[in-house]
Amino acid sequence: MTLTKRIIPCLDVKNGRVVKGLRFKSIKDAGDPVELAKQYSDEGADELIFLDITASEERRETIKNLVRKVASVINIPFTVGGGVNSLEDARNILLNGADKVGINTGAVKNPKILTELMNIFGRQCVVVAIDTKRNYEPKENATILTENGKQFWFEVFIYGGKKGTGIDAIKWAKQAQKLGAGEILLTSIDKDGTKDGYDILLTKEIVNSTSIPVIASGGCGKPDDMVEVFKETNVDAALAASIFHYQTHGVKGVKVHLKDHQIPVRL
Amino acid sequence: MVSVAIFDYGAGNIFSLKNSLEREGATVEVITTFDKPNHYSGLLLPGVGNFDPAIKSIHDNSQIEFKDFVKDNTPVLGICLGMEMFFEKSEEGIERGLNVIDGEVIELPSTMKIPHMGWNNLEIKKPGKILDGVNNNSWVYFVHSFRVKPVSSDVITAESDYGIKVPAVVEKNNFFGTQFHPEKSGKIGSLMIKNFLEECKR
Repeated sequence: MTLTKRIIPCLDVKNGRVVKGLRFKSIKDAGDPVELAKQYSDEGADELIFLDITASEERRETIKNLVRKVASVINIPFTVGGGVNSLEDARNILLNGADKVGINTGAVKNPKILTELMNIFGRQCVVVAIDTKRNYEPKENATILTENGKQFWFEVFIYGGKKGTGIDAIKWAKQAQKLGAGEILLTSIDKDGTKDGYDILLTKEIVNSTSIPVIASGGCGKPDDMVEVFKETNVDAALAASIFHYQTHGVKGVKVHLKDHQIPVRL
Repeated sequence: MVSVAIFDYGAGNIFSLKNSLEREGATVEVITTFDKPNHYSGLLLPGVGNFDPAIKSIHDNSQIEFKDFVKDNTPVLGICLGMEMFFEKSEEGIERGLNVIDGEVIELPSTMKIPHMGWNNLEIKKPGKILDGVNNNSWVYFVHSFRVKPVSSDVITAESDYGIKVPAVVEKNNFFGTQFHPEKSGKIGSLMIKNFLEECKR
């Protein structure tokens, strides 16, 4: 056996509460992140990711409390991201019980933070989160790709997908690896929320351009989408949020489905 | 009630390890120096940080040597980096290791994705105290870029298959090491933590 493919539920958290999935009935309205974390961990999730979208003065204290509570009820690895802009933000997360810290905007604006984090905490703690979408405007030096006869490149976005940076995502992924990132959380803005499947082209490009683990994110609407991303690319992990919020697609059910399709998973 | 200490190199998540020990009924103290009476039934070297800074944090903050601190056969569990520190040296740094098990620490082959991160099976080679009640092929969580290479393969009680065999559990006298993270390895990891604490109670 080699390493299994990792299945990672993602929880968006605001002010200490889960906010994504509100439109789904069942358990998810204003869910308690600690309860959900425990449930997913017990169901066989390989890892958890929390994206904190709190934007208040007390955010550091809120995250700290959340991280501590989650760490005390689960025994699988977990990553916390969202709003990490400084070494202090990262330290606050890692020293209170998270195993890895996800950085997006903070790393784009100050790339050397990746190196500083690697030197203090080790590469395995440093997850660079890359949000990207297709840009059809020609750009010099960008990695030009073709799909359905159209040319484009992948642009890095920051501030939760709100602001384009003009940075080429493939180049940024390589640079982030070189600087100290130990893993890439790759989110396709084009696919996010579509439930149309992962961005296979994007995932393939990033996986083939780097040698650190990559987590595919954005677009997962059903277990077959995970089968596809694992069959079509050499990605290491798949993240999903909404499919786990339906009782019909529990973590275990998804993993059984993957196993039935010859994807190596931990069951 | 069993009382154990975690040595904190100051570089990462030891909260989860502390929690996993407390869940199994241990009292846990976090220490940053060996210059104090060893009234603990066990010691843990956690698996977070880098080789040189971790070794230095031990040497710089302690007059008393690690070997002297545990000379009354205090059981020691080294996790990941903590286990790597048991050996003479590591390709991750230039500092000397704690040198309680003969051998060295070498980089994983560059043909793999590094850091090597995820769940893999244990192939149990022989019975061991940490592995008591653990089934062959159990899943455990690894995250590392280096592996140990003991001089004597006798100390290896379990391996994992990455295409190459990687020592996953080592045991020598009072020294126990896991390359994976038992505190992150679900129920089976908790069992190993419990086994270590049983050893501490002896």
